[in-house]
Amino acid sequence: MRAALLALGLILGLTRVAVGFTVEEEVTFPATGAEARELTILSTTDTAVMRPLIEAFQSRNPDVTIHYTVANSQEVFAAINDEGAKFDLVISSAMDLQMKLANDGFASAWRSGPTAALPDWARWQDRLFAFAQENVVLITSRRGLEGLSLPQTRRDLIEMLRDHPEMFEGRIGTYDPELSGAGYLFATQDARQSDSFWRLAEVMGGLAPRLYTSSNEMITDLKQGRLVLAYNVLGSYAGPRLAGDADATVIELEDHTLTLLRTGLVPENAGNPLLGGAFLDFLLGSEGRGLLRDKAGLPPIDEAALASGPHLRPMRLDPGLLVFLDAIKRRGFLEEWSSALNRD
Amino acid sequence: MIRRPISLRLRLVLMLLGIAAVLAIVLYFTVRTVADQAAEATQDGVLGAATLAIAESLQGGDEGVSVDLPYEAFSILGSISADRVFYRIDAGQETLTGYADLPPPPEAGAAVTPVFYTSAYRDTEVRIAAVARMVLVARKPVPVLVMVAQTRQGQEAIAQRVAQRAAVVGLGSFALAAALSLLTAGGVIRPINRLADAVGRRGPQDLRAVDHPTPVELKPLITALNGFIARLRGAISRTETFIAEAAHHIRTPLATVRARAEIAMRQSKSEEMRETLRAVIRAVEESSRSAGQLLDHATVVARSDRLADEPVDLSKLVIAQAEAFCPTADLKDLTIAVETEPVTVQGDRALIEAALRNLIDNAIKYSPPDSTVELTLVNGASARIEVADRGRGLSGQEQTRLTKRFARGENAGDVIGSGLGLTIVAEVAAAHGGRFELTEREGGGTCARLYLPSA
Repeated sequence: MRAALLALGLILGLTRVAVGFTVEEEVTFPATGAEARELTILSTTDTAVMRPLIEAFQSRNPDVTIHYTVANSQEVFAAINDEGAKFDLVISSAMDLQMKLANDGFASAWRSGPTAALPDWARWQDRLFAFAQENVVLITSRRGLEGLSLPQTRRDLIEMLRDHPEMFEGRIGTYDPELSGAGYLFATQDARQSDSFWRLAEVMGGLAPRLYTSSNEMITDLKQGRLVLAYNVLGSYAGPRLAGDADATVIELEDHTLTLLRTGLVPENAGNPLLGGAFLDFLLGSEGRGLLRDKAGLPPIDEAALASGPHLRPMRLDPGLLVFLDAIKRRGFLEEWSSALNRD
Repeated sequence: MIRRPISLRLRLVLMLLGIAAVLAIVLYFTVRTVADQAAEATQDGVLGAATLAIAESLQGGDEGVSVDLPYEAFSILGSISADRVFYRIDAGQETLTGYADLPPPPEAGAAVTPVFYTSAYRDTEVRIAAVARMVLVARKPVPVLVMVAQTRQGQEAIAQRVAQRAAVVGLGSFALAAALSLLTAGGVIRPINRLADAVGRRGPQDLRAVDHPTPVELKPLITALNGFIARLRGAISRTETFIAEAAHHIRTPLATVRARAEIAMRQSKSEEMRETLRAVIRAVEESSRSAGQLLDHATVVARSDRLADEPVDLSKLVIAQAEAFCPTADLKDLTIAVETEPVTVQGDRALIEAALRNLIDNAIKYSPPDSTVELTLVNGASARIEVADRGRGLSGQEQTRLTKRFARGENAGDVIGSGLGLTIVAEVAAAHGGRFELTEREGGGTCARLYLPSA
């Protein structure tokens, strides 16, 4: 019965989409009680990840039907920024694009107990709120490394790649910053953190790296032995998927490890902003935090975790994020990236 | 419409409070303005620095103007407060990058140093810094304009906090000023209150000039008051003089008439004539006594407001008066028995003498022949002068009625009298703070007691 309802929801959802942005998935979670309200969420996070949270929210609010639409971060941004699509909550892992939406006035203010309790670095004004902090990690295959010691810093990694090029030729994976918003964000933030990023790019460029647009694909290829290592993979995906894998290792590099903040905002044109805000509050509240950690596999905002990891560098929610979104800046960065990888 | 006079103190407090309120309001707005300007200057500084940093990253070349937006320039804009940031870079007439609809400076000619202006943009108001640069493109200079805008929510939050503090400071200073103004008003009014107290405390007979130390502002009032007192004193002394003159002018001719009538009576052979002259003498005597009593009474009234305050030896006075009345007593074959002890009181000799004279005169007048008038002076808590006779008594009449002016006992119709005697005695007693008592005597007669406070 439930599957049938879900399928119906999917069909309804797909027919509902008449807007110009590309939707990956749309699921409707019908109200468990008598339907009275509708909550529409636009998100980059897979439905499977968010399902426990959505269902827990509905058990608290049985009269709410939730339409959950998944798209990639560029499409999410374009939906709000260019097409004026109406959603009550926008969730994205692309901090820079979320920041631009908030900065350009597409987010409305939301004030509540849970948002006020957030640390300063996890929110921007009363408009953009982080609900998960995810480390960007290196994953390696023990088998593929053939007994080499695991690199702990980028310098170690660069040396290893230089010393054993035959082992890594064509077996390194990383994001393609030209095609992936997350990959671009990680690369630009890496470049800000240290110059070793460019040296690493040059070394990788000589080893015919494979470029991806999602962490999941990199993890799959590593598990299947096509990759020896993958650089800049979302730890929140790698951790759960590689948990039972004796061959794979997740490494947080000690020189610096970026921490991505997954953020939500209530759009200015939301049809039901109170409901969008309520779902946001639920994500930030104690029940939501527990579910995020235990069921969704997304580490909730936790200042203590950051304090205990001195190598962790949470990306700052400030207008600096807008800089690399600038068209000239982006062109310049990608040119530099291409030339470092010898792709021309 | 009659305006009710407002108390000086209240008026002073209200005026000081008004001043304090004005100062508090001025303080509030001054603090706000200064703080607002300081906050704006700080934020302008950061905004200008970011704009300059971008301008410095401009580069020319054959392909056109290029710019490498410095990450920190933007990041630092969020360091003071989480404000929205917009930017626009124009090369020549074209927008190179950024928000193409960001308003340019109101006046052309942005300089090398940042120009600041405030403008509405999108759904909010922004503060914009603009910097102009020339960049060489293909060896030709191209003007480039860099604009960076920032919302001022952070500054507004600061301004609000400052406004709250300023309000607290303003209210606090007002409260302090209010307390101080109450103290001040008290201090200013105090000399006036002291003067009023000093004048109010004076006895009814105190007609000295006021020489209480007073502030300069009250000097005219004191001068006027002293002038008034001097005139009053003059008026009283003229009344006394008039009384003395009148006494003299009435008594002297009466004495002459009486002397002549007595001589005529002695020389007269006719019994009828002698009878007539005796009636004349009695009438003159009556007039003389009445005049004496009227003047005594007037003196008492005039002097009681400003009694002489001198030691009076009562025993001496009593003995002297007893001797003075001896000839009169002899005429009626009366004995005056005097019993005294040394007593001195503070008071007005003339008034006490007048009282005593009237008491003895009354006693002699109403005593039957061959009786004794007893004159006793006793010292105690107060001095007591007692005059006792064997006359016809009071016949149960009220003492209060007898001491009224011109009232005479119902049983005194056949005796000469004006009805002023006892009134004079009672008034002298009251003026000295003493009292007068008239009682029926055991075995017939009256006992009059005059109490005067001992010195």
